[in-house]
Amino acid sequence: MKIAILLKQVPVKDATLKVNGDGLWIDEDNVTFEINESDHYGLEEALRLKEKHDGEVVVVTMGPERVKESIKQALAKGADRAIHINSSGYSNPDPIAHAKLLCAAIKDENFDLILSGLQSDDLGYGQTGVLVAEMLGMAHATLVMETDVQDGKIKVKRELEGGWFQSVELPLPAVLTIQSGLNQIRYATIKGIMAAKRKEIKEIAISDLGVSDADASGIQMHKIYLPVKTKQTVVLEGDTADIVSKLVDKLKNEAKVL
Amino acid sequence: MKSPNPFDFYNMNALLSDEERQVRDAVREYLRKEVQPEIRDCFREAKFPLHLAKAFGELGLLGANLEGYDCPGLNNVAYGLLMQELEYIDSGLRSFASVQGALVMYPIYTFGSEEHKQKYLPKLAKGEMIGCFGLTEPDYGSNPGGMITRAERVSGGFKLNGRKMWITNASLADVAVVWAKLDGKVHGFLVEKGTKGFQPKPMHGKLSLRASDTSEILLDDCVVPEENLLPGSNGLKSPLMCLTQARYGIAWGVIGAAIACFEESLEYAKGRVMFDKPIAGFQLTQNKFAHMMTEITKMQLLVLQLGRMKDKGEMHHAQVSMAKRNNCFHALEIARMSRQVLGGNGIMDDYVSMRHANNLETVITYEGTHEIHTLVLGEAATGIQAYA
Repeated sequence: MKIAILLKQVPVKDATLKVNGDGLWIDEDNVTFEINESDHYGLEEALRLKEKHDGEVVVVTMGPERVKESIKQALAKGADRAIHINSSGYSNPDPIAHAKLLCAAIKDENFDLILSGLQSDDLGYGQTGVLVAEMLGMAHATLVMETDVQDGKIKVKRELEGGWFQSVELPLPAVLTIQSGLNQIRYATIKGIMAAKRKEIKEIAISDLGVSDADASGIQMHKIYLPVKTKQTVVLEGDTADIVSKLVDKLKNEAKVL
Repeated sequence: MKSPNPFDFYNMNALLSDEERQVRDAVREYLRKEVQPEIRDCFREAKFPLHLAKAFGELGLLGANLEGYDCPGLNNVAYGLLMQELEYIDSGLRSFASVQGALVMYPIYTFGSEEHKQKYLPKLAKGEMIGCFGLTEPDYGSNPGGMITRAERVSGGFKLNGRKMWITNASLADVAVVWAKLDGKVHGFLVEKGTKGFQPKPMHGKLSLRASDTSEILLDDCVVPEENLLPGSNGLKSPLMCLTQARYGIAWGVIGAAIACFEESLEYAKGRVMFDKPIAGFQLTQNKFAHMMTEITKMQLLVLQLGRMKDKGEMHHAQVSMAKRNNCFHALEIARMSRQVLGGNGIMDDYVSMRHANNLETVITYEGTHEIHTLVLGEAATGIQAYA
């Protein structure tokens, strides 16, 4: 079974973020990066499927030079090789453009299964996996919590709202976007790290992918900003019953916590 | 120019290879997520977290700088970084790994027969077997050459008699490397758990290294087969070579403990307000941090160059003495200082500094006391021995 994992590198969760000079992105200078959480679960699922059904796991990552660190981490955990689309100097935020570039890089690989995380922890569009499926003409399922590969098809459990799940069967090849928490992520071992040195990382420049509209974007970033904290105090007056009913109303309809 | 990282003030990180950084970060992630949460209770309850032995083996933490026999074959700097990450959590964990790797696997690797290597090394590397190293005796610590433990030839093997003390992992061990005099000369013997006359006895009442097993070993007409003699061991030099390996790991390890304490007290001092300002803003506190940061930086640079020399095969044991002596001394000093910065809160085990300080009292003492390493350096400088 030939499996691709689309893996993105994002700032670590507890990073102290500062908006950069032009107000369009964060200042990356003092930020540490890690594998996007749901992609990490996707990688683990890919490794488990390989262990069960044999085959190959290929890490596919787009990003500047620094993403090599995450690629090496994935190789150390057991992925077999990697494709790195080096996007240094490229800053188009449009997931359609990203999906086109990813497809151009992997279309000749003929993967049986392409996994990605549900969404990235930085931009959070949740689009890339689905777009790749559409562009490559593959079946897809999102919010996947469980996988079960059978002859030429795959059964998945999808997470719906309100504690509901859905069971779906897809023909292979397919694209799945993985929900965090479906498995337990392994740690890289020292032997894995040593073995990763000998694994191939194929580097491709964006300009070599032949995507003529790679710079086209349906999305324009106008401004990013830190959430503004506001504090408002309201004193409820009246007798106890009155105050309680006002409070419940506010909790229900304004704060929406009930 | 951005301000340097207080915990890596001279950017030692930049002097590491990708692989060295990757090893450090992978082990750090595992230890801080999986082991850190339970270490306080281990220390409190005076128990070694035995279930970690196999997990450490799986990750490759045991005998990591040895090659072949299922060992990862890391270079010595990456190995040192492992020790640092282990001791960041607790000196007891680093002691476990040091003993297993440097004091059990190393002598089997260096002085053992091919059969010994095949039989023991893969299992020790995987954490399926635990080992210990019996050199020190109740009356012979700094002067191991005076050991009383004797081996005598008997039909089909050797009979061991004597008593060993302060032996890490002895009560947990499946195999012990026991040093004894045979015809007046020190040799190493492998004694397996359950051998008649081999009795480890846990030592109770320790105020230090509580998350680690420390035991006595009684050897009472303990007969081992002839093939259990380590054939390459020859004189006191052999166990001393093992100690050089372990001391190398200690010199790295204690940096982890020192950084854990510095991180803790720095964070605390920034948040603890007294006389209307954070105590980090007072000169007496800043003096402590300036000192801690300087000493940690010196410790880091010392071991890094030591590791590079070791990888080239150019490391002298006196150079290891310098790093062990200096780094243990300052790690202990930093742990005590951090405890002071924490004020009254610092005596509680919610904070790590006093636990580290207590552990480091052992670490500055074992594997050559501070004083003995001073004499090693004195001899290196003058050419004159001053031990006796």
